[in-house]
Amino acid sequence: MSGQNAPAIQTTRLGKRYGSVWALQDCSVSVPRGHVSALVGPNGAGKTTLLKILAGLSAPSTGEAAVLGRVPGQTGDFLDSIGYLAQDVPLYKRLSAEDHLRLGAHLNRRWDASAARGRLAALRIPADRPVATLSGGQRAQVGLSLALAKRPHVLLLDEPVAALDPLARREFLASLTEAAADGDLSVIVSSHLLHDLERVCDYLILLAASRTQLCGGIDDVLAAHRVMVGPRRDIADAGRGFTVIKSTQTTRQTRLLVRLDRAVLDPSWAVTEVGLEDIVLAYMGERSTLAASPLTVIGPAR
Amino acid sequence: MTIEVLKQSISFQLSPDSGVPAYLQLVQQVKQALRMGILDVGDKLPTVKEVVAEVAVNPNTVMKAYWQLEHEGLVEGRQGVGTFAVRRPAGPPPGTQLRLARRLEAWVGTARDAGLDDEAIESMLRATLSGARAENIA
Repeated sequence: MSGQNAPAIQTTRLGKRYGSVWALQDCSVSVPRGHVSALVGPNGAGKTTLLKILAGLSAPSTGEAAVLGRVPGQTGDFLDSIGYLAQDVPLYKRLSAEDHLRLGAHLNRRWDASAARGRLAALRIPADRPVATLSGGQRAQVGLSLALAKRPHVLLLDEPVAALDPLARREFLASLTEAAADGDLSVIVSSHLLHDLERVCDYLILLAASRTQLCGGIDDVLAAHRVMVGPRRDIADAGRGFTVIKSTQTTRQTRLLVRLDRAVLDPSWAVTEVGLEDIVLAYMGERSTLAASPLTVIGPAR
Repeated sequence: MTIEVLKQSISFQLSPDSGVPAYLQLVQQVKQALRMGILDVGDKLPTVKEVVAEVAVNPNTVMKAYWQLEHEGLVEGRQGVGTFAVRRPAGPPPGTQLRLARRLEAWVGTARDAGLDDEAIESMLRATLSGARAENIA
């Protein structure tokens, strides 16, 4: 698959090993074009490794990756189509935003400096001062403007808001969604805090314990999970029609966070909807070694 | 699967996005446990400290919830011992609810097999409820 029909990103059993340690393992995800996706997971889950592979900066040890149907690598065609902003916004500290824009014009085949200048002017960010003198929020905006100046079709952002205060964070995400609304752009943005991203993302990739735990539209993920509360019983006898993600047993009560396989549940449970944060935390639970079964893409609701 | 085992009688879960104040969510969850027969009269509720440790909430929020339950006559605080369930909320016993729920489940299964979707089932239920109300008035 390539061109217009290819997914924004697709990986099959992707793995990356550093020495004897697997930074990423058995990672299979598929994200259609035109989404803003949250790549979420605890520290060390493999988020940065996945983004580096997708950006063509790191070769996988096992499995396959494709971005817009192309294998990531250091070819001009591939690099033209993606934008990548690494963690901590690496910029040349003594150079100004304007210097970076001129530099980019030399290094890229496609470069829209005027849009970037317009964006920085609208945000009242001084383009002539060394970026070292700018605030963290302003530096992040400069990094985003530079990544967007390539007019990429896939934008990969590694923890862009982690170090920002709440206002700068809000402004950065507003700029990001504005860019996504502008045209043919798919965004993958990572964070260990889901809360930062819930407002702006419509797709979720959840990594934990170096593996994919969830990959799907956020509305579908919400529709597929429930909390069930009932009198204490063995989880083995809990019933059918769902997969238990997390169980909390007390002396009298059993509380389960489940992924539904079918619509009707045993009425001896009180069933309630559950928020995205609780779903994500259940998959990330520290005692969770591995998902009940490797979870595939959650499709549209039945 | 994550498995958590707690020594207390029941566990709580708070949804920050539900719009329901945290203390009220705790109140509702205790009432639900009483209604479902998870908690019986005489059972001890988790201590404030246990609830705080489980759901990361301010201790005053838990105390406010327990005070509200005590005010409604459902629980009783005993100095130095803890808080205990003393009465179930109004309504039929847990067995009756369960029996009715099972019959409803079977009916929903039949309706789905007949090709009704959730929206059609909900509107049928609403129509039947309002019809039953009209009959009571007549």
